Amino acid sequence: MPQPDARRIMTADEIRRAIVRISHEIVEKQAGTEGLVLVGIQRRGVPLARRLADAISDHEGIRLPVGALDITFYRDDLSLIAQHPLVKGTDIPFDLNAVTVVLVDDVLYTGRTIRSAMDALVDFGRPQAIRLAVLVDRGHRELPIRADHVGKNVPTSREEIVKVRLSEIDDDEGVDIERLAPVAELVG
Amino acid sequence: MSVQLEPELPTEVMEGVERGTEAPAWRHRHLLDTDVLSRTDLDLVMRTTDAMKEVLRRPIATVPALRGWNLTLLFYEASTRTRVSFEVAGKNLSANVVNIATGASSVTKGESLLDTIRTLEALGTRLLVIRHSVSGAPYLAARHFSGHVLNAGDGLHAHPTQALLDLYTLREHFGSDLTGRKVVILGDVLHSRVARSNIWTLTAAGADLWLCGPSTLLRGFETWARAGARGGRFTVTSDLRAALRDADAVMALRIQRERMSAGLLPSLWEYADRFGLTADRLALARPDVLVMHPGPMNEGVEIAPDVAAGPHSVITDQVANGVAVRMAVLQLLAGGVG
Repeated sequence: MPQPDARRIMTADEIRRAIVRISHEIVEKQAGTEGLVLVGIQRRGVPLARRLADAISDHEGIRLPVGALDITFYRDDLSLIAQHPLVKGTDIPFDLNAVTVVLVDDVLYTGRTIRSAMDALVDFGRPQAIRLAVLVDRGHRELPIRADHVGKNVPTSREEIVKVRLSEIDDDEGVDIERLAPVAELVG
Repeated sequence: MSVQLEPELPTEVMEGVERGTEAPAWRHRHLLDTDVLSRTDLDLVMRTTDAMKEVLRRPIATVPALRGWNLTLLFYEASTRTRVSFEVAGKNLSANVVNIATGASSVTKGESLLDTIRTLEALGTRLLVIRHSVSGAPYLAARHFSGHVLNAGDGLHAHPTQALLDLYTLREHFGSDLTGRKVVILGDVLHSRVARSNIWTLTAAGADLWLCGPSTLLRGFETWARAGARGGRFTVTSDLRAALRDADAVMALRIQRERMSAGLLPSLWEYADRFGLTADRLALARPDVLVMHPGPMNEGVEIAPDVAAGPHSVITDQVANGVAVRMAVLQLLAGGVG
């Protein structure tokens, strides 16, 4: 549940509409669904990737392959995070050579997660292209990375946390901005 | 002679982990034995091992998790599989691996264990894997070393990564709940650090653990069995048929001739005759019984060649799982808060 002083910046309906719009953008950019695969970054990128595949299936009648990518072993901050995230596992049951991979994540922030994810992806093969779809872009990039498809651009301060809640994982649906707890370590 | 009571299971479970985003923290700085590992710790190791198995199936089975970490293998005792397994595990995680054969090092000039450890520390080692013939040697090392110490076998005392890979191999076949599964450790229990570390993990996992062998090679274990280990009691017996009956898994132990003092065994032949794991005896166990052995084997002594290579054998699975388990442990120690 959101903190008492949290600000809801996307409702369930807005998330749904953003997913539908991005699903059209993805197909438009590829001029079809040929050679497209979706890879969600654990953990909330995975249900988002499935939702995008559902939406594309609705309007194109084609079911795109969906994979899950865990980037724990590719992080550059293993010794910086106080409590390291539970490994949720990678499952990419298809060939990545010569396909267009759309990486899917919930929040784009420093770009370090995406950098790790691209390192991981190229260990599986040589995709024709890697694109990036995110539900929220909150700014503050530390690496030269940008998203191809964005649900919502949200200006934030570094003292804030953008919390995405998805019904598949969280018993709630919506995006909130919360204040960073004063002593908490930054993990995202 | 056997002691059998209801196992008392710890109630701590992985509650909240599925829905939360963070792991229960790994709070151990060293891995010296399995006695300090809670059920939650064991589950964390097992789940991390699952992820490592997936890494091992990739076209490029190397991840950069330990890039820049120096891992030193310091083996004062002979080893093939454990040393190579740690070396491969370290390299799969992109650590810099240094291998010290003590026979060709300053140890032969009389350098003490502590001096060697201080030297390795000064050379930048942060992860130190030690095997030593003296029980407790890695504990001494851990008190003086600023990084992480992993015990790769100390004397008769402990071999934690072997116990963890055995647990993983059992769970791979029986699922994550081993409650009530009858697991028999058969043979030279007295000299076995593998047996001792397995007692902690298998009782913690809720298995129905039996230790079986000649009474001379079970000395002291009845007292331990009555007191119970982490998760409850276990059974100690010299009655081979009772031990093997309806067993889910049988782990044969190597007769450790190099540690055997006079009078414990009349002869290897007599041991093989009375306690060797043969196909006939294995027929007492469940039809889908798993046969395990920590290696190296004395085939024809504690285990018959046709059993070791037979359809029930998961001995090569144990070796393969050893790499994944050691990758998991290295990752957890390097990334933990201990």
